[in-house]
Amino acid sequence: MRQDNTTNDKTGELITGSEALMRALQLEGVKTIFGYPGGSIMPVYDALYDYTRGEKKAFDHVLVRHEQGATHAAEGYARVSGQVGVCIVTSGPGATNTLTGVADAMLDSTPIVVIAGQVPVSSLGTDFFQEVDLVGVAQPISKWSYQIRRAEDVAWAVSRAFFIARSGRPGPVVLDFPKNAQTQKVEFRPEKVDFVRSYVPYPKLDQEAVQAAADLINNARKPLALVGQGVELGNAQEELVALLEKADIPAGRTMLGLSALPSTHPLNVGMLGMHGNYAVNLKEQECDVLIAVGMRFSDRVTGSLKTYAKQAKVIHLDIDKSEINKNVKADVAVVADCKESLPAITKLLKKNDHTEWRESFRPLHEKERVKVIEPAIHPTEGPLLMGEVVNAVAEATKGDAVLVTDVGQNQLFATRYFKYPRHRSLCTSGGLGTMGYGMPAAIGATFGAPDRTVVCFMGDGGFQMCIEELGTIMEQQAPVKMILLNNNYLGNVRQWQDMFWNRRKSFTRMMNPCYELIAQGYGIPYVAVTERNELPAAVAKMLATPGPFIMECAILEDDDVLPMTPPGSSVDDMKLEV
Amino acid sequence: MEEKKLYTILVFSENIAGVLNQITAVFTRRQINIESLNVCASSTPGVHKYTITCYCTEEMVNMLKKQIEKRIDVLQARFYTDEEIFMLESSLLKISAPTMMENPEVCRIVRHYGARIVEANPTYAAVEKTGTTEEIISLFEALNKLGVVRQFARSGRICITRGTREQLDEYLAEREREQ
Repeated sequence: MRQDNTTNDKTGELITGSEALMRALQLEGVKTIFGYPGGSIMPVYDALYDYTRGEKKAFDHVLVRHEQGATHAAEGYARVSGQVGVCIVTSGPGATNTLTGVADAMLDSTPIVVIAGQVPVSSLGTDFFQEVDLVGVAQPISKWSYQIRRAEDVAWAVSRAFFIARSGRPGPVVLDFPKNAQTQKVEFRPEKVDFVRSYVPYPKLDQEAVQAAADLINNARKPLALVGQGVELGNAQEELVALLEKADIPAGRTMLGLSALPSTHPLNVGMLGMHGNYAVNLKEQECDVLIAVGMRFSDRVTGSLKTYAKQAKVIHLDIDKSEINKNVKADVAVVADCKESLPAITKLLKKNDHTEWRESFRPLHEKERVKVIEPAIHPTEGPLLMGEVVNAVAEATKGDAVLVTDVGQNQLFATRYFKYPRHRSLCTSGGLGTMGYGMPAAIGATFGAPDRTVVCFMGDGGFQMCIEELGTIMEQQAPVKMILLNNNYLGNVRQWQDMFWNRRKSFTRMMNPCYELIAQGYGIPYVAVTERNELPAAVAKMLATPGPFIMECAILEDDDVLPMTPPGSSVDDMKLEV
Repeated sequence: MEEKKLYTILVFSENIAGVLNQITAVFTRRQINIESLNVCASSTPGVHKYTITCYCTEEMVNMLKKQIEKRIDVLQARFYTDEEIFMLESSLLKISAPTMMENPEVCRIVRHYGARIVEANPTYAAVEKTGTTEEIISLFEALNKLGVVRQFARSGRICITRGTREQLDEYLAEREREQ
């Protein structure tokens, strides 16, 4: 497929494919690599030796403890920095270990490039030691997968990979790099791919659609915006606010879109979805125009599609045309980069005032605050609750921190009760729901946003699912503030068992190790919180201690995340109590 | 529930290894059976053409089209109903020669269907039939009833569109302008 490009100057110097990879990564502006060496990637690691020290130093290499950790770290790095996250791993198991992270990045539109070693081209298909058809298995779960079979293709393939990963709707790209191409000598010719004939990352804005969207918004009496991660990915946070403010539109955010609109903004009406905020979930069933921006109407947001927002005209802004009409039919679809479409629509909007409509959210907010929020974040008796721990950390960090979560109750409580005054402040596994994501993603976030505090909430289940990355944290002294919400249960599944499976707690109770000893083993400062009154001091100590920290909180065993829309129910069937 | 119909999906891709896998994965994910599949180089150098048929609803085929087109190496995907295309399928049948000699009905059927005997020897005759799927199946069934068919092969559908616009050419021309 590679077309020989003769326009670039030759340097005359012969270098290996591995060295070419280093130079190509440098050209892409890569600073940090998360990786793990192995047999089929040794030539690359040998080249990396020079590029991570001395006068040639170009990269920091973070040695993870498991390749899955490398991908999540790359995701965390990408999410907070807006740059492409990079992993280098070996073939076979090294490569297959990255697949969970690749799938995670695909569902959450996270730009990462995974470079995996492969057996030599001449041995492909022979069941060679540590051979696996990586391109074959990665294709359905990645944005693009490609095997670099010749050293002369390195510059082109790497540039193309980064272009595809970061452009349009971002996503993971997998490069399979056979060992012969790593050692082959080549004359390096730098390349910059910014055009792929078969790929249109930024669809042309359709002015008719823009006009139709503006007309609907101008005539709406009860408009409601749904803000997704696309706004952050498109760096269109300000363009979004301009539109919302001009037309006076209240806006809910998806979980991944939480920091796309500052939680302090007066038009923010909370989080959408199964465990989102009460008012906005009910109002989705009352609004007359829904304006979805960079979100994909996930089932966790919509509940039953049969009843979802049937009364509303739907405007769907997305860069990915395959999202249009996938779950919810759009009356007007604006397929474009929202950085472009939002201001185009705003220009056609009349200044509006929807005070009455916005005010109608208030009693519902109040109902949720009294019934759910206050008891969750300011309990006065009984064991510690997840909500109050999140709230204590959110208050102590003044919302300035990056929030990383694992998956499960810790995620739902943390995303609900954290505050997001700053953009790009959240790393969480939304689409794939990958337990074990939190700890490595938090490592990546400390490299992607070195000037910010990174707090990571995990349950006892997820903490143990990538617990090996404590080794990486130790070695790097990555300043991850780990908050272990330990309830001795796989809490979210336990909650569903209690609610929908006759309280039969099938294998959700979990025996835990002594985390204090584990922390000690890794030399990571640790504090346990068992009593409510110990919490503020423990949080303060965690935040004041330089480097990594583990704060383990003994949490009420059967704390439930509320409110909740039961799976398959209408979005307005949201329960404030069990 | 929307009615299921036979749709023909035409896909054009860059000519690289593994694209077929990417396209079929879109079907596999939803466990939709591909009824027929034909892959070959297209009239545009470097571009491969895939002709895929499947039974599904219009909503589904639309989704399949968009998800196929989303693959980086795919240039274009379009879907058509039978009314919107000229289509053909080829078939070959291996007929036992002795039985054919004994039963004049065999040659009558071959003539009736407008099929051609392309090779004949004392052991077998090779019969070629090009036409619609229905014609081919009907021919096969008629001959098979007589117990003469030793082998039967069908090509899968190929087609050209009835429209006046050449959408791939338009796409390629536009992309060339944008480059």
